[in-house]
Amino acid sequence: MKRFFILSAVAAALGFCAVALAAEPIRIGAVLSVTGPASFLGEPEKNSMLMLQDEINAKGGVLGRMIELVVYDDETDVNKAVLATEKLLKKDGVAVALGSSITGNTLAMSGKFVSAETPLVSLAAAEKIVRPVNPWVFKVAQSDRLAVGRILAHAKSRGYKNIALITVSDGFGQAGREVLKEMLPAEGFTLAADEVYGPKDTDMTAQLTKIKSAGADAIICWGTNPGPAVVAGNRIHLGMATPLYMSHGVASKKFIELAGAAANGLLLPASKLIVADQLPDNDPQKVLLTGYAKDYQAKFGAAPSQFGGYGYDSLLLAVRAIEAAGSDKPAGIRAALEKLTDVSGVTGVFSMSPGDHNGLSESAFVMVEIVDGDWKIIP
Amino acid sequence: MFGGLLQYVISGLTVGSAYGLTALGFTMIFNTTGVINFAQGEFVMLGGMMSVMLHQAGLNLPAAVILAVAAATAVGAAVERLAIRPVRRATAINLVIVTIGVSICLRGLAMLAWGKDTLRLPNFSGAAPLPVFGASLMPQSLWVLGVTLLILLGLRLFFSRSIHGKGMLACAYQRKAAYLVGISVERMAMLSFALSAATGAVGGAILAPLTMTSYDVGVMLGLKGFAAAVLGGLGNPFGAAAGGLILGVLESLGAGYVSSAYKDALAFIILLVLLFVKPSGLFGRKSAERV
Repeated sequence: MKRFFILSAVAAALGFCAVALAAEPIRIGAVLSVTGPASFLGEPEKNSMLMLQDEINAKGGVLGRMIELVVYDDETDVNKAVLATEKLLKKDGVAVALGSSITGNTLAMSGKFVSAETPLVSLAAAEKIVRPVNPWVFKVAQSDRLAVGRILAHAKSRGYKNIALITVSDGFGQAGREVLKEMLPAEGFTLAADEVYGPKDTDMTAQLTKIKSAGADAIICWGTNPGPAVVAGNRIHLGMATPLYMSHGVASKKFIELAGAAANGLLLPASKLIVADQLPDNDPQKVLLTGYAKDYQAKFGAAPSQFGGYGYDSLLLAVRAIEAAGSDKPAGIRAALEKLTDVSGVTGVFSMSPGDHNGLSESAFVMVEIVDGDWKIIP
Repeated sequence: MFGGLLQYVISGLTVGSAYGLTALGFTMIFNTTGVINFAQGEFVMLGGMMSVMLHQAGLNLPAAVILAVAAATAVGAAVERLAIRPVRRATAINLVIVTIGVSICLRGLAMLAWGKDTLRLPNFSGAAPLPVFGASLMPQSLWVLGVTLLILLGLRLFFSRSIHGKGMLACAYQRKAAYLVGISVERMAMLSFALSAATGAVGGAILAPLTMTSYDVGVMLGLKGFAAAVLGGLGNPFGAAAGGLILGVLESLGAGYVSSAYKDALAFIILLVLLFVKPSGLFGRKSAERV
């Protein structure tokens, strides 16, 4: 009798092991700037990823296996991002990785993924992440070029000629500035002024005074909170009526809160998420967008942002690629990522190709104006 | 053209007031204790953040600001009592490192308590800019400049008329002699921390409507304030305030007439050149080192 017990216990244990082996989860790594200056990106990104992970696992996972996110916080510090990358690749052995939230960290990390032959889906915006194409690196955030194209088309329709730039001296601002300086003359505009401010600056009156005397028709400001809110405020302080375009980097309610009444009348290209309820019903993203916004609000008690959308999309693309590849082999996932077409995400509709590792078009943006503290789609 | 120049000077003076008030705090503590307090920027942050928090909690603006300054003053005194006094026999450099620890700790606590967002305080009196000779001036800038002048005046009276002020000055001149004539150097040290925290917090509160505030504004302000204190001659409170204003105006003019990309670099290059030519700062006393 005693022997029978031991035998059955052993058998049960073995059986348990076998089940555990079959259901070994697929590990997906993430390095995000959850704290530090870029926490406004990293926190919603992490929340959205975990939300999508739970949703996928509740539906039975992918390829019959659960997915397991391994998330590290790089504290918006490039050294910590690289250390976390080492850990993901060497210790956790992830099949595919997502991150980081900002361009500098992504660029520092991408070399490691090439030598480890593991695909990386970045959540940062700058174009140089995928241009020239790095076979192992993809990104979900819209390239600056698409946003600039959208702004310039609008400026052209209003008949503006002289454009002044005011950009922040960090990675996001300077990448945008390069694209702007390249596209302005190409589209027939003149560069009236080219001003820069520091990411921690709290007063941009001097730069705007210079722009004012340069006689610009419109100003384009490229930065992320809080700088652009200061620019918007200073513009009102100086009594300037020059139209002010913002980048998609400020398309969150937080910006309107910060800038207050000074936000009214500002124009910017924004991802569709913030105006989901104003979209026509035939928009391919509308259902996903309203669902995501509702779930996020319900789960975290905070308004969703397009940044969270980057987190959602990066995991979505990774999971779709694992599905298409039929395995969790990094090389297979990479090849499948490159072939994904017409995947509707929060940011836009992705159609990747070997020459385009972003896969978005200008339709990922809509032009919006801030009216009475809210967004309004304008043609 | 003149409007432009005036505008640069106005915005320079406004930003410079913040540097000046931070610099004042540096010098007051340096004078009484010989310590450079790198948590000074955090006192400024506390003033701004607590004003916003109390205002959001429903207090009216004056009450929120006064309470915030009072609370920051208490924090300043507590920092001296809990972090500096227990190790007061250590060398000055160790104490400086203690203050860096305090600054990281305060910043972390502020982040945990109030979150990582940038916040804004409403303007004290209206948001409509006033036109002045082709430049425009925010009413809040007048508040900033006015309050800075008032604080300077108050400190001047405090140091020349009150027994506590004179006691603090005595500590600055000769600690041992101050002990011998019966001045409690410890109490003066605590007073200097409280006073510096109050000055910094007032700066943080009056600037919050213009520049906004977040848990990490203290880092940059601390650095610029320290530079202003050195520029004005470390040890001279009024030199420090002047140093702050000069630094602010230099930055603003640099951004306007040279290049906004090199704004910070320009201000610091001038600071370096000045220190090569006049190592004791603009208004510093020459210190005679006995060999």
